Amino acid sequence: MNTSAPPTPPRLALVNVSKAFGAVQALRGVTIELYAGEVHALAGENGAGKSTVVKTFAGVHRPDSGEVRLDGEPVVFNGPADAQAAGVAVIYQEPTLFPDLSVAENIFMGRQPRTSLGRIDRKAMHAAAADLFARLGVALDPRQPARGLSIADQQVVEIAKAISRDAKVLIMDEPTAALTGQEVARLFAVTRTLQQAGCAILFISHRLEEIFELCQRVTTLRDGTWVGTEPLDGLTADDLVQRMVGRELEELYPKQEVAPGPVALKVSRLTREGVFTDVSFQVRRGEIVALAGLVGAGRSEVARAIFGVDRWDAGEVEVDGTRLPPASPTAAMAAGLAFVPEDRRQQGLVMDMSIERNIGLTQLRSLRRASGPGPLISRRVERDRARDWALRLQLKFSRLSDAVGVLSGGNQQKVVLAKWLATEPSVLIVDEPTRGIDVGTKAEVHRLLSELAARNMAVLMISSDLPEVLGMADRVLVMHEGRLVAEIPRAEATEESVMAAATGRRVGKEAA
Amino acid sequence: MAEATGTVRGRDAGAGRLVRWDVVVTALLVAVFFGGVGISPDFGGTDNLSFALGDLGEIALIALPMTLLVVCGQVDLSVASVLGLAGALTGRLWEAGWAFEAIVPAVLAVGALCGLINGLLVTRLGLPSLAVTIGTLSLYRGLAYVVLGTEAVSQFPARYAELTTTAVPGTPIPYQIALFALLAVVTALVLHATGVGRAMFAIGAQEDAAFHAGIRVKRIKLALFAVSGLTAAFAGVVYTLRYGSARADNGMGLELAVIAAVLLGGVDFNGGKGTLGGVISGVLLIGLLRNLLMLNDVATEIQSVVTGLLLIVSVLTPRLVGMARERRARRRPAAAST
Amino acid sequence: MTAVARQRPTRPTAKTGRGEGGLIDLVLRFRELGILGALIVLVAVTTAINPRFLSAQGVEDIFLNASILALLAVGQTLVVVTRNIDLSVGSVVGLVAFVVGDAVSGTQHGVLFAVALGVAIGAACGLVNGLLVSLCGVPALVVTLGTLYVIQGLNHYIAHGEQISAAEVPDAILKLGNGDLAGVPYLPLISVAVMLAVGCYLRSYPSGREFYAIGSSPEAARLAGVPIRRRVLTAYLASGALAGLAGTLWLARFGTVVADPARGWELDVVAAVVVGGVAIVGGVGTVYGAALGALLITTIGSVLVVLKINPFWQEAVVGLLLLLAISADRLVALRLARVLRKRNVRHG
Repeated sequence: MNTSAPPTPPRLALVNVSKAFGAVQALRGVTIELYAGEVHALAGENGAGKSTVVKTFAGVHRPDSGEVRLDGEPVVFNGPADAQAAGVAVIYQEPTLFPDLSVAENIFMGRQPRTSLGRIDRKAMHAAAADLFARLGVALDPRQPARGLSIADQQVVEIAKAISRDAKVLIMDEPTAALTGQEVARLFAVTRTLQQAGCAILFISHRLEEIFELCQRVTTLRDGTWVGTEPLDGLTADDLVQRMVGRELEELYPKQEVAPGPVALKVSRLTREGVFTDVSFQVRRGEIVALAGLVGAGRSEVARAIFGVDRWDAGEVEVDGTRLPPASPTAAMAAGLAFVPEDRRQQGLVMDMSIERNIGLTQLRSLRRASGPGPLISRRVERDRARDWALRLQLKFSRLSDAVGVLSGGNQQKVVLAKWLATEPSVLIVDEPTRGIDVGTKAEVHRLLSELAARNMAVLMISSDLPEVLGMADRVLVMHEGRLVAEIPRAEATEESVMAAATGRRVGKEAA
Repeated sequence: MAEATGTVRGRDAGAGRLVRWDVVVTALLVAVFFGGVGISPDFGGTDNLSFALGDLGEIALIALPMTLLVVCGQVDLSVASVLGLAGALTGRLWEAGWAFEAIVPAVLAVGALCGLINGLLVTRLGLPSLAVTIGTLSLYRGLAYVVLGTEAVSQFPARYAELTTTAVPGTPIPYQIALFALLAVVTALVLHATGVGRAMFAIGAQEDAAFHAGIRVKRIKLALFAVSGLTAAFAGVVYTLRYGSARADNGMGLELAVIAAVLLGGVDFNGGKGTLGGVISGVLLIGLLRNLLMLNDVATEIQSVVTGLLLIVSVLTPRLVGMARERRARRRPAAAST
Repeated sequence: MTAVARQRPTRPTAKTGRGEGGLIDLVLRFRELGILGALIVLVAVTTAINPRFLSAQGVEDIFLNASILALLAVGQTLVVVTRNIDLSVGSVVGLVAFVVGDAVSGTQHGVLFAVALGVAIGAACGLVNGLLVSLCGVPALVVTLGTLYVIQGLNHYIAHGEQISAAEVPDAILKLGNGDLAGVPYLPLISVAVMLAVGCYLRSYPSGREFYAIGSSPEAARLAGVPIRRRVLTAYLASGALAGLAGTLWLARFGTVVADPARGWELDVVAAVVVGGVAIVGGVGTVYGAALGALLITTIGSVLVVLKINPFWQEAVVGLLLLLAISADRLVALRLARVLRKRNVRHG
């Protein structure tokens, strides 16, 4: 296809755009041009600024400097409505639907078919929605409310919404993250149809093979700066990774060899109905055990249940020989568990609170004891302990009293780790420990995990990042559809063996 | 201090930070005081100030647990109804011949129970506190009427009644305000210097994160609602004694003044931000303003207008300041990069 | 880099999807039918005990009283559906009843003048609320609690201890409150007309659906380009205007008006709306349910009188009803979530 830029101006472009959020510079002088009839890939690591690019195209963010151009003319989008009016449709990573409204209404909100009296023509609306679903090859009832739809079905509704707009520009921010292979193929077919109809498409995906399959050109971002835009034709996957990461990969996984000690975490036949079933495994001191599997296989849910955030229906959990009561994070912490959750902004940190208070939040009792007799906490003790951990983890900050919200993603993650390591746990569970943080910090986090294991901590790591799993884990446990289907030792763990188990193609050695 | 291993870009954001709202309110309080002395000669007199403070007792007492609740992102609109119910019960039991010493603990227990019901509905069922306490506002006030109808009971024992109308010997400070001062110190320490206080701020700012940090979110909320009910019931007894009359409509609408004082003191209605010092200033400011209006023969109706306006201003001002700051922040980087 | 493919474990088929949709649908319908059922049982039991309850006069009284509450409930529905609340309506009714009464006393002004003046005053109050909430982003509860007291204070100040006497209110206006059309009183007719109009707007017009969209997910509404501020402002304007109309009707019905006559009504209105199935967190509910809620609350008031139960129970019962309604909603939602989760197993 057209791999060279056509002579006509691009449909939609960002020219030299910069954008900052507080102290964090999300984009620095980024230029991206989307031409009619091309599928343009946007590559970059988590935290490279891809979502900011998407939201700038969508009219959610306004650039601090630089401009947005539509058909070569500068435009200002004062809100999502302006971008939509200009023919820009966006499919977000996380579907944004109205849970109380029907699927058809979600698709046609604001553009419902009308009767001659100006009333909504429900029959026509449902027919049009059914028509869209037929084109997408999915069986969804236009009348059912969006509440209760699976993520994949919600994504389908978002795609139908974009198609129904006859968009001139379609922005897709990781639309395939929650889809099965078959659904991805269908999405690609639809995308190609739109492309042939002259639509300009921006495509974001973590799966490189999808980028190579669907796209013609790629723009790469690193830490908010533009690295390059080039045709995908002459490129290999390694080239692309090189551009995204900007350094050699090996040093990212500084794993030390450790002889495993006694069992620290023992999970037996743990079940939460409809979520995961009969999950049993052990983690020894000194070990890093990875829990792998596809998104939705139940990995995070198992971790949440172990820590007591969610209730389990059957089974038991022991930490250092102590049985945990169900659904009590407080008891889990007392037994020596620590849990770094997946969602840093909602669950990991209190964004408006200072660095020192965030770090102290997990050890309020021990801070009180360290402050001397009486029920009060000394600010000095609190600050000293926070500073101690901040220095140990090489946190970059200006004042401990600053809100954690002003820190970069990587430094925020260090604060989460600090607040949990300060509880001196015997078992550390980390859920997606390096999601959305820059490469430098990523390597630091890996080194830290490795050191902790070497110092006799048991680490359970959940990650969607397969190289991370392979690089860091002593053993890989693989989940598929809510069950533990394989346990693969480090020596046998390869991308193929893990993926095979995760997709249920081959059941490996049965988990103990 | 020159911290650690690096610096964060754009440090000047801190330099442009505006004065804290609780400081503004305290300044306003001082201004109103001296302004008041200028306008009415009686205003600054010990007798008047003592009276003004005493008049403020119930609002001040209830404002303490209310501050903690609002910091946790909750609100209790039923406090004035609990106050009324406590008054009505006091009246009914007194009429029935109970000893006053037995009435007080019974009424306090009922108040705590009312608060517990609010708390259980909020924590067990996960209902918004706003909706729950609008419901119990009706329910508890209704129960007050059921208990006492439109009767008024008076003739309470003088030695207790006097405690609510006289000052601590040798000072101009009414007993209820002395108690308030004591409790305010305790509350301030709890909020700003204990683990539970830290936990409250975390709950209000990001409940999910607080829960994931092992904080017993539900237990803290439940306890606060119970304390709020207990305090409101105690204020109900004080109110009844102070006016020497137990009626079902005692303290109707008082919840507004309490919430106005708390918000005026700079506590964020969405939770997670605020200081107890600010709330004390807010309470005193409302008290002084009411007193000033009264001294200047401004109709009592206008006082309710002023309270309402204060409430709106107290939430509107920080919001407008925030909007202005945001706008400026948006303009600044654009200017810097050109 | 991150090359792990993703997939979710269960793939609900269209059939289960429809099943779930049907389930939720049923729950929603269930609400309005439930209130209707409760009403019927209440009326039947009361009539069995005291047959006079169903006399023509008794029924007419209930409908007349319910009409004004229902008007307010319709306005409140518009606001609550957008995830906001308007607590100032009771005070607006009082202010309008008094000011309009004052303006028409001893004059020959007609119905049109009274209604126009009332609606205008109400809309002005709604405008203030709406601007503060939508433009300034101040919490709706706090704003409307504040305006409730400001308006109440103004009313007392204007009234200055006086009252409007029915003798001075022009007959034409009194007739609006007590007259009828072919045997059906005007008041319920007006309320039903308003209810149908607003109900139709909310259900069948694109801008009406946006009220639900805003309450269902403000973030999604923003991304979908819904004009949130304008809709929220409209909701408050409508709520204020309807409160103004209700105030005029109050004057027409009672003639004699003291200062702040509808004190505390905001709670009855919120209760009616919530009991009628409008979710306090927005996005769900109809004006029909809200109006039924108003009818139920009014009927309970009459029942207490007829059964010679202490009328002071009225307020407590309203509060209890509100708590029951939100608790039931919540329990049903929790139950539903659990059913949906467990259903996953069988398909997984």
